[in-house]
Amino acid sequence: MRDVAVVGFAQAPAVRETHGTTNGVEMLVPVFHEVLGNLGLAKSDIEFWCSGSSDYIAGRAFSFIAAVDAIGAFPPINESHVEADAAWACYEAWVKIQTGEVDLALVYGFGKSSAGKLRRVMTMQLDPYTVGPLWPDSVSVAGLQARAGLDQGKWTEQQMADVAVRSRADAKSNPRAQLKGDYSAEDLLAEPYLADPLRKHDCAPITDGAAAVVLAASDRARELSERPAWITGIAHRVDSANLGGRDLTTSPSTVGAARDAGFDKVDVAELHAPFTHQELLLRQELGLNGTRINPSGGVLCGNPMFSAGLIRIGEAARQISSGQADRALAHATSGPALQHNLVCLMEGRD
Amino acid sequence: MTTLSAPLNVEFDYTRSLGPVLGRFMTGLRDRRIEGIRGDDGRVHVPPVEYDPVTARKLTDWVEVASAGTVQTWAWVPEPDEGQPLTHPFAWALIKLDGADTAMLHAVDVPGPEHMSTGMRVRVRWAAEPVGSIHDIACFEPGEAVETEPTQGEPVTMVTTPVRLGYTHSASSEEARYLNGLLEGRLLGQRCPVCQKVYIPPRGACPTDGVPTVDEVELPDRGTVTTFCIVNVPFLGQRITPPYVAAYVLLDGADIAFQHLILGCDASEVRMGMRVKAAWRPREEWQRSLANIDHFEPSGEPDAPFETYSQHL
Ligand SMILES: [Zn+2]
Repeated sequence: MRDVAVVGFAQAPAVRETHGTTNGVEMLVPVFHEVLGNLGLAKSDIEFWCSGSSDYIAGRAFSFIAAVDAIGAFPPINESHVEADAAWACYEAWVKIQTGEVDLALVYGFGKSSAGKLRRVMTMQLDPYTVGPLWPDSVSVAGLQARAGLDQGKWTEQQMADVAVRSRADAKSNPRAQLKGDYSAEDLLAEPYLADPLRKHDCAPITDGAAAVVLAASDRARELSERPAWITGIAHRVDSANLGGRDLTTSPSTVGAARDAGFDKVDVAELHAPFTHQELLLRQELGLNGTRINPSGGVLCGNPMFSAGLIRIGEAARQISSGQADRALAHATSGPALQHNLVCLMEGRD
Repeated sequence: MTTLSAPLNVEFDYTRSLGPVLGRFMTGLRDRRIEGIRGDDGRVHVPPVEYDPVTARKLTDWVEVASAGTVQTWAWVPEPDEGQPLTHPFAWALIKLDGADTAMLHAVDVPGPEHMSTGMRVRVRWAAEPVGSIHDIACFEPGEAVETEPTQGEPVTMVTTPVRLGYTHSASSEEARYLNGLLEGRLLGQRCPVCQKVYIPPRGACPTDGVPTVDEVELPDRGTVTTFCIVNVPFLGQRITPPYVAAYVLLDGADIAFQHLILGCDASEVRMGMRVKAAWRPREEWQRSLANIDHFEPSGEPDAPFETYSQHL
């Protein structure tokens, strides 16, 4: 295996609504400028580009092709795309570097969630025969999962509110966060239900955004970063598409991905949990006791669809590069109720 | 600058062939009967799965289950959305039917969330006119199974699943200047600050350099046909009778051609390098659209030399 590290990360501000097109160009141009500028790189230095986005979010066909305008694809570039969160594009880029074909890759994701009705757009990921035609929305599906855990005593509404309070407080130091501030769990729990058992604070906000991560192999990584975040393992697994066939209070795919990636112990974890109970579930499944969780504020404070998972990798890597952590776990999710999960483990080497 | 935006509603009625497993399940629903399939571990899956989720073996052991069961978990819907089973507030629930080992997702009709609880008993409320779809179960309601009048018919092999999604599309600021220009009968392009190419419509980023186009360039309504095709095939929504010519027109001073219609001469006369001018619609019909130019027509000028457009093909 080749040593591969995250050496750069930038993200657009997480905001409720941008005024641009759904092809991401307006959000991506400054993100590329920032991430490449910080590394002293030109676009022509990047040997492989890989993106994650969704035409259902964009409401148009081939939006990821239009997004390539933000790169400037002449002379022709080496490019790929996944119709998934860009954390999976990061996985592809890592594999590409492992093949030895390239040493330097840029991964990006974008999504203008505000263009459509997000919770309805997300119905399109469900079984199109027996579930999708009923139009269950993404918040309700998460509600089914939250209640299952509440009924089984796996978490409480108080713990769920505590997650929101801690996340919003941590987001105060994240200039790109959409929601931040000091709240009390008592006040949050006095709010009405949005989709009983979920209140508004249990659900990630609707966010437009984009992000980019730069991956580099061995010596190239050492040239570009004083403290690269070396990827020691990256893996992803998926659970059944049949919601009623799963135990929604567990996440075998997360546990399996963490095991495949070689998870042991970390100082910090960035978890892609768009609902408060999902953070509690992931912490239980991964046994993250005493680990610092989501110092960025996590996706509860900004959830740009199709880049939020990649941002977990970027934020966890930043913890290592800044010297605040030696070992970090980044998690990304896709599909309904934590169906598909990716775990990326990183470490600093002194 | 005010943002230009417009709604776009995407609609499509997917017709899906069901295959032997889902076909039998939907045929059962049409006949007011619910059938599951037994997996290799003995568990009965409802809705049925085609292959065992653990062994991946093709499953064939059918089991009829009850039309009543137990709520495993639920979530309340205070504001139902288009296409959902009920138009008044309801609960989504995962329901394990008696005889099944997995739960199915459906709606439960109760007056309020205080009437819902995990473990409660619910039964199917059948649709009045079943067709062979998951909507043949209109919803669930509190109670135990009751005898139903079975219906019958041909096996169900297809299901139609309409998809309707609404979006608001916004123009980029560059596109907005272009569209506002069209409203005044002006053709506004922009120049890339790096490669100096003039784009019309202008772009959020120059596809060569990845930087926004900035300097505005007003272009004349005359140009050159770079390439073209003669449309001989009729299609739905066609507004002109074939044969007619769709061509790429490179406006004088622009570096990218756009597609438009060539009229005003016989289709067979259109050629590469032909000089054309815009035929505008009456001013009172102008909108923020390139359709303000009804078509291009021959200008009568001599043909442009190949070198003048060879880089724009
Ligand atoms: Zn340019």
